[in-house]
Amino acid sequence: MTIDIIFKLILIASIFGLSLVTAMYSTLAERKFAGFFQDRLGPDRAGPYGLFQPLADGLKLLTKEEIIPESANTFLFLAGPSLAMLTACMTSAVIPWGTYIEVDGHKLPLQVADINVGILFVFGVVSLGVYGVMIGGWASNNKFSLLGAIRGASQNISYEISMGLSIIALVMITGSLSMREITDQQSGFHGMNWYVIKQPLGFLIFLICSFAETNRTPFDLPECETELVGGYHTEYSSMKLGFYLFAEYINMFISSAVMATLYFGGYNFPFMHDLGLSQNVVAMLGVGALFIKILLFIFFFMWVRWTVPRFRYDQLMRLGWQVLIPLAILNIIITGGVVLFFQ
Amino acid sequence: MDKMFYFLAFLAILSALMVVLVKNPIHSILYLLVTFTSITGHYILFNAQFLAAVNFIVYMGAIMVLFLFVIMFLNLNGETEPQKSTLVKFAGVISGGLLLLVMVASFKKAVTIPLNTEVDTQIGLIKNLGMVLFKDYALPFELASVLFLVAMIGAVMLAKKDWK
Repeated sequence: MTIDIIFKLILIASIFGLSLVTAMYSTLAERKFAGFFQDRLGPDRAGPYGLFQPLADGLKLLTKEEIIPESANTFLFLAGPSLAMLTACMTSAVIPWGTYIEVDGHKLPLQVADINVGILFVFGVVSLGVYGVMIGGWASNNKFSLLGAIRGASQNISYEISMGLSIIALVMITGSLSMREITDQQSGFHGMNWYVIKQPLGFLIFLICSFAETNRTPFDLPECETELVGGYHTEYSSMKLGFYLFAEYINMFISSAVMATLYFGGYNFPFMHDLGLSQNVVAMLGVGALFIKILLFIFFFMWVRWTVPRFRYDQLMRLGWQVLIPLAILNIIITGGVVLFFQ
Repeated sequence: MDKMFYFLAFLAILSALMVVLVKNPIHSILYLLVTFTSITGHYILFNAQFLAAVNFIVYMGAIMVLFLFVIMFLNLNGETEPQKSTLVKFAGVISGGLLLLVMVASFKKAVTIPLNTEVDTQIGLIKNLGMVLFKDYALPFELASVLFLVAMIGAVMLAKKDWK
């Protein structure tokens, strides 16, 4: 029993550490890719190839002057970034990072909590994510911040609907809401039975919605600098701003992990059962495979950011309500028909 | 488990009281959020995972966001709050008092039921819940969903001003 608890604690600590490190280096990758796409070098001064740039950025944010506006609501002003960070880190609890490893005959699954409503948990935490933006934006007592916060809220609510509908179609095939079961179902056909093949439209909708939920370009209207100065974090300085920026990268990492798990086989990789390796090695390779998928998705997020221009607000709403929702409902109907046909 | 229950119950009641006691409407909503969080905790104690998740998503994730959204838009505060007339205040006190009377009357008749340990604790899991809803109570469930659909269409109709 104790080995399980110790293992869980190690797992939680390492997942937390890994998501922070990934988020940290995503900031560097973002700037490097931006440099590449715009035909310039990107940061290259701190350390070899600019590898220490995230540390320098973090140190800069930590040591900057802490400013709390006089007219702001102090408690909520501080609660905003904390909530953003909290909700960003919560989702990782239900993501299966690997199969299981065996220590002294104990089977230790590489997942913090295998609850049987895993997808709903992810969805719930995602829908809470908007509070960080809203509370921070309102507490700043600044018109631009408030506008950013309201944009964030309406955007999140609009895109949550189509996201939920695309998940419903997926759940109709899987017959389970547990993230681990869904991943295991994708291990057939030499670990290549990925749900993206059965749910291409659903995946597309989910992908677009996760861009909107993480406030990434082309949906980054809450922090649209051409109209709203800095959006909801206009008044934030120092590490509080750092938390908001950091939460965005953690969100990106987590939603990449969710997409990889639900649609791209999670820790399954081609020919995973045919290698003849021991369980522990296969599990570790699986974790590696999941991380490769996640990094590819993060790259995709950045690729889109430096390629596609930002939407106008009415275009964003039209896409969400008039295109994605009907498409998602159509997807549900088609999936239902196919499921009935093959029963 | 017992301590957890008392903690959650205390939190729920305290934050529910704060909802009505604090002056700032935004703070009220945030306290209401805490109330819903503790109710979600109660559902988890009951092993009603689906109900907990749905409470989380629907109440905390959607309805409360909309409340917050509307109140932020209206920007209610002490100065802009409409002053209520004495008549309205009296009406409020009387109807509130009547509600209290009804509640006191019903609680007076209440008896403590002995704890039933034979209850199926797996009933709240999504599989069992789905079986119950779609087999035993299929018709009421479908009727309720039609009701929601009608309400949704009605909301769209009302929101659309230039309806021809």
